[in-house]
Amino acid sequence: MAEKEYAYFCGCSLEGTAKEYDESIRAVMKALGVGLVEPDDWSCCGSTPAHTVSHVLAAALAARNLSLVEKMNKDVLTTPCPSCLMAFKKAQHGMTGSEEFKVEVNELLDEPYNCGVESKSSLQIIYEDIGLDAIAAKVTHMMPDLKVAPYYGCILSRPPEIANFDDPENPVSMDNVLMAAGVEVADFAFKLECCGAAFGVPKREMVNQLSYKVLEMAVDAGANCIAVACPLCQQNLDLRQGQVNSTMGSRFNIPIIYFTQLMGLAFGMSPKELGMDKVFVSADKITRRITKAEYEKIKEEEAAAKKPQKAKKEAAAEETNN
Amino acid sequence: MRVGVFICHCGSNIAGTVDVAKVAEEARKMPGVAYATAYMYTCSEPGQKEITDAIERDKLDRVVVAACSPRMHENTFRRTVMKAGLNRYFFEQANIREHVSWIGLDKELNTKKAIDEVRMAVEKVKRNKPLFSTSFKVNKRVLVLGGGVAGMQAAIDCADGGLEVIMVEKSPSIGGMMARLDKTFPTVDCSICILGPKMVDVAQHDLIKLHAYSEIAEIKGYVGNYQIKIRKKPTYVDWTKCTGCGLCMEKCPTKNAYDHFNFGAAPTRAINIPFPQAIPKKATIDPEFCRQFVKGKCGVCAKVCPTGAINYEMQEEIITEDVGAIITATGYGLMGIENFKEYGAGRYPDVITGIQYERFLNASGPTSGHIIRPSDHEEPKTIVFISCVGSRDKSLGVPYCSNFCCMYIAKQAILTKDHIPDSQSYVFYMDIRSPGKGYDEFTRRAQEEYGAKYIRGRVSRIYPKGKKMVVRGADTLLGTQVEIEADLVVLGNAVVSAEGAAQMAEKLHISYDTHGFYVESHPKLRPVETNTSGVYLAGACQGPKDIPASVGQGSAAAAKVLALFSKDMLESDPAIANVNINTCVGCLKCVKTCPFQAIVEDTLRNGKKVAKVIETVCAGCGVCTSTCPCGAIQLQHFTDNQLLAEVNAICQK
Repeated sequence: MAEKEYAYFCGCSLEGTAKEYDESIRAVMKALGVGLVEPDDWSCCGSTPAHTVSHVLAAALAARNLSLVEKMNKDVLTTPCPSCLMAFKKAQHGMTGSEEFKVEVNELLDEPYNCGVESKSSLQIIYEDIGLDAIAAKVTHMMPDLKVAPYYGCILSRPPEIANFDDPENPVSMDNVLMAAGVEVADFAFKLECCGAAFGVPKREMVNQLSYKVLEMAVDAGANCIAVACPLCQQNLDLRQGQVNSTMGSRFNIPIIYFTQLMGLAFGMSPKELGMDKVFVSADKITRRITKAEYEKIKEEEAAAKKPQKAKKEAAAEETNN
Repeated sequence: MRVGVFICHCGSNIAGTVDVAKVAEEARKMPGVAYATAYMYTCSEPGQKEITDAIERDKLDRVVVAACSPRMHENTFRRTVMKAGLNRYFFEQANIREHVSWIGLDKELNTKKAIDEVRMAVEKVKRNKPLFSTSFKVNKRVLVLGGGVAGMQAAIDCADGGLEVIMVEKSPSIGGMMARLDKTFPTVDCSICILGPKMVDVAQHDLIKLHAYSEIAEIKGYVGNYQIKIRKKPTYVDWTKCTGCGLCMEKCPTKNAYDHFNFGAAPTRAINIPFPQAIPKKATIDPEFCRQFVKGKCGVCAKVCPTGAINYEMQEEIITEDVGAIITATGYGLMGIENFKEYGAGRYPDVITGIQYERFLNASGPTSGHIIRPSDHEEPKTIVFISCVGSRDKSLGVPYCSNFCCMYIAKQAILTKDHIPDSQSYVFYMDIRSPGKGYDEFTRRAQEEYGAKYIRGRVSRIYPKGKKMVVRGADTLLGTQVEIEADLVVLGNAVVSAEGAAQMAEKLHISYDTHGFYVESHPKLRPVETNTSGVYLAGACQGPKDIPASVGQGSAAAAKVLALFSKDMLESDPAIANVNINTCVGCLKCVKTCPFQAIVEDTLRNGKKVAKVIETVCAGCGVCTSTCPCGAIQLQHFTDNQLLAEVNAICQK
C-alpha cells in the first residue's frame, strides 16, 4: 500500500457535535497509511445558511477553501461531511459549467479559484482509492453480535450528475466497506431516505416522523445498529432518538455509529480513541469484540459440526437421482 | 452543350427565403446554360411539361432542377428528361430546400448559396456521361426474419401470393411475444386461440420452410439475389425423431433452469418444450443448466426418450438459402428490471414485470392461470401496476413512449378482478395513452366497471414492510404523497430494441436509430421499406407496436415483396464502380476495402492482373475509388472529374 496524502476539510460539525467522526477518520486513515493535511485558515464551506440566500455567495465561500487547497498543490480534497462535499461539488460544477458564474464568484475572492480541485467524500477515498483489500488486511477483531444498517443519507450519491459517485438509488460503497471490515450488514431499504435534515429547529415533529421511519426500517431489517456517514443524520437519529420516542410513542434504543468508528473497532482500536463515548445511545452492548483468530476457530467448529449432515444429504440426493 | 436550369419555388418553401428569380437570372450567365427559369411547382404536371417543352424548343441536352432533395424527386425528373429523349443521367438536382431554404433565414445569404448550388450542378451535368441499366434475373424466394405475429403474417401473405418463403426464428418455437399473452386488448379474446391458427398455417403451408432455433450467420448479395447462411443452433435433440411427448421434460432432474419463454416468472427443466401449442413442438436442451453438460453425467432424458432422439454430441450446422428479398420482423425486447434501482432492481421477488404477470394470468403459464405472489405463492389481494417504468425517462436512455403498456395494464387490471373478485388494483400513470379503436373505452371500463383505482403520478420508491411491498408515490391530482401496501407490484417496463438488433442491421446493411430500432425509408410514406432495396420491415423491430399495427405491417411488407417479384427481371443501377484496365496496376487494394465483396482479381489476355467489378454486386458506395492509388477505379456518375468540377465551381469566383 502506497503512502497517500490528501487535503482534508473536516468542516464545522466535526469540530463540535461530530467530534467522534473526525477522531475516528483520522485514526482509521492513519492505520491505512493515508495522510490528511488541513488547509491553513479554512472557513465555512458555504452550506445551507449561505446557499438558501445566494448561490454566488455559497460558491464563493466554498471556492475560498478550494483555492487554499490549490495553493497547497493538491488536486483532491476529501471531506467526511456530505453537506461540505455538496457545497464544494456544486461550486465546482457551477464554476466549470459557466465562465460568467466563475467570474462572478471570483470577484468576491482575494485569491481567485482556478477550478483545479476535485472534492471527494472520505467514504469515496476509502472505497475507491484505498480499496476493500487494504481494509480487510487491517482487520484484527470481529464483532459477532453486530448487525448494521448502512445509512447513506440523501446527498452522498445524489444528484448523480454532481455527486458522480456510487449508485444514486441503491448505493453499495458503505455496505462493501463495512463487509470488508468484517461487519455483518443488513439489507436496508431506506439507505437514502430523508432524516429530516436541518428542519430539527423549525419543524421538529416532522423531523421526528421522518427519523422514525428510518429507525423503524432498520429494526425491521434485523439491524441493531445504524452506520452513518453524515453528522446531521447522526444527530437526528441519535441525539433526537428520545424525542422520536416521545413524539411517536416508540421505544427505540439503537446506536447510530459513524462507519469509520466501526472500522476502527474492527482494526482493534480502543473505543475511547474512536470517540465511542460521545454518542448518546451507547453501542457497548453490541460491539463485543473477539480476535479474528478466535472468530475463525468458532466458525471452523460450526462448519465441522454441520459437515457430516451435509455430506449425508448429498449422498441421499445422489441416490435418488440414479 | 446546352444546359437548361429550372428553379422551383416549392410554394413558399423555397421562394419564402430564396430570391428564385435572382437565382434564375444568375444561372443564365453561367457558361453552357442556354435557358433558365423559375416555376411555382416544378414537380407538378405543368412544371414537368415546362421542362420537356424547353428541351424541344431550346434544343437542350442537359437539365438541372434546383428544388428539394434528390431523395424526393430525382426519379420524377429523370423520367421527365427520358420522356423528352435525353439519357436519364443527363439530369442533376440541386438541393436548395433541405440544404438552403429550410435551414437559413437570411434571404440574401440563402440566395447566394442557392446560386452556388446551381453552379455546381451545372458544372457537374456538363460532364455527365450517358449511362444505361442492365437487367438481371430475380430469385423469387423471400426470407422472413422472425416468427412473431408480424413475421408470420408476412410469411403467410407471401406464400398465399405464390412465393416460396424461408422463415428463420431464433427461439425453439414461432409465436413470438403474442404467444406469451393471456388475452388481447380491447376485446379480451384469448391470445393463443387467435394466434394458434396462424401458427398452424405457417407450419402446414407448402411454400413456407421454417428454420426454428436458428440465426442468420451471413447475408451476401443484393436485391433479387441474396445468399443467406443460416446457423442452426444445436438443440441436442434430433427433431426428426422427437414426437413432442414431453416425457423428457417430466423426468429431467434439473428443475431450476431459466425459462426464457416465461421471462423467468418461474424456473423450468433443462430440457423443455416452451409451451403446449409450440410449433415445432419439439424439445430443446439448455446446456447452461443441463447436468450432462454442467457436471458431465446424468443422461436421464436419453434413457427415457421413447424414440432415442437425444443427442448430446449435436453440433451447430450452417445451411445456405438463396432468396431475392428479406422481410425483417425481429421484434423487440424489454428493459431489464435491474435498471430500476428505486424499485428494488430485482431484489424483491414480489416486484415483477408486466410480461411475467401475463404468464401468471395465462392458463398454460407456470401457475396454470392462478395469480400468486412469487415470494410465498399466496394469492395477492392488493396489486399495484406502475406504467412508464423506464419509458419516457431520459435518464434511462428511453425518451420515447412504449406504445402499448397503458393498454395491457388496463387489460391486466380487468383480468385481475376476474381472477380474484375481492382484489383491488391500483394503477400509477403519467398519462393514459389509448388512441386506438375501442382503446379509450377499454381503459374507462377498467376504472368504471372493474374498479381499478388510477392514480396520476410517479412512484418514487418500493420497499418491503413485513410481507407487504410499500409503494410510495405522488398523487399529482390531489397534490399529496400516497403509500400503498401492496401484495404484488407489476412494472410496465420499457420496450427496447431486440437483443442483437444493431448487429443484425449491420448484416442487412440497413440503418438503425440510437435506440436500436430499424429506420424506415420514409416515416410516413415508406413505412415498411428500408433504404436498402430488397429489405423490408414489419412489426416492432421498427419501433414499439401493438398487435394490429404489427399485423398490418406484416401484410404491407408482403405486398411490397409481391410487387417487387411481379417482374421477372430487375434493372441494375449503372452508377457503380468501373475499372480502367489501362491504368490499373493490379495492387488489388480495392478488393480488400470493398464492403460488399464486389471486386475480384482478373487476368487479361496479356497476363496482366487487374481488378474487376461484379456489376450486380457493386452497391456504388465509392470506397474503392478513394482507395485506388492511381485513380484507375471510378464510380460512374460520381467520377473524380465530375466531383472536382463541382469543387472548382464554388472555389473559383
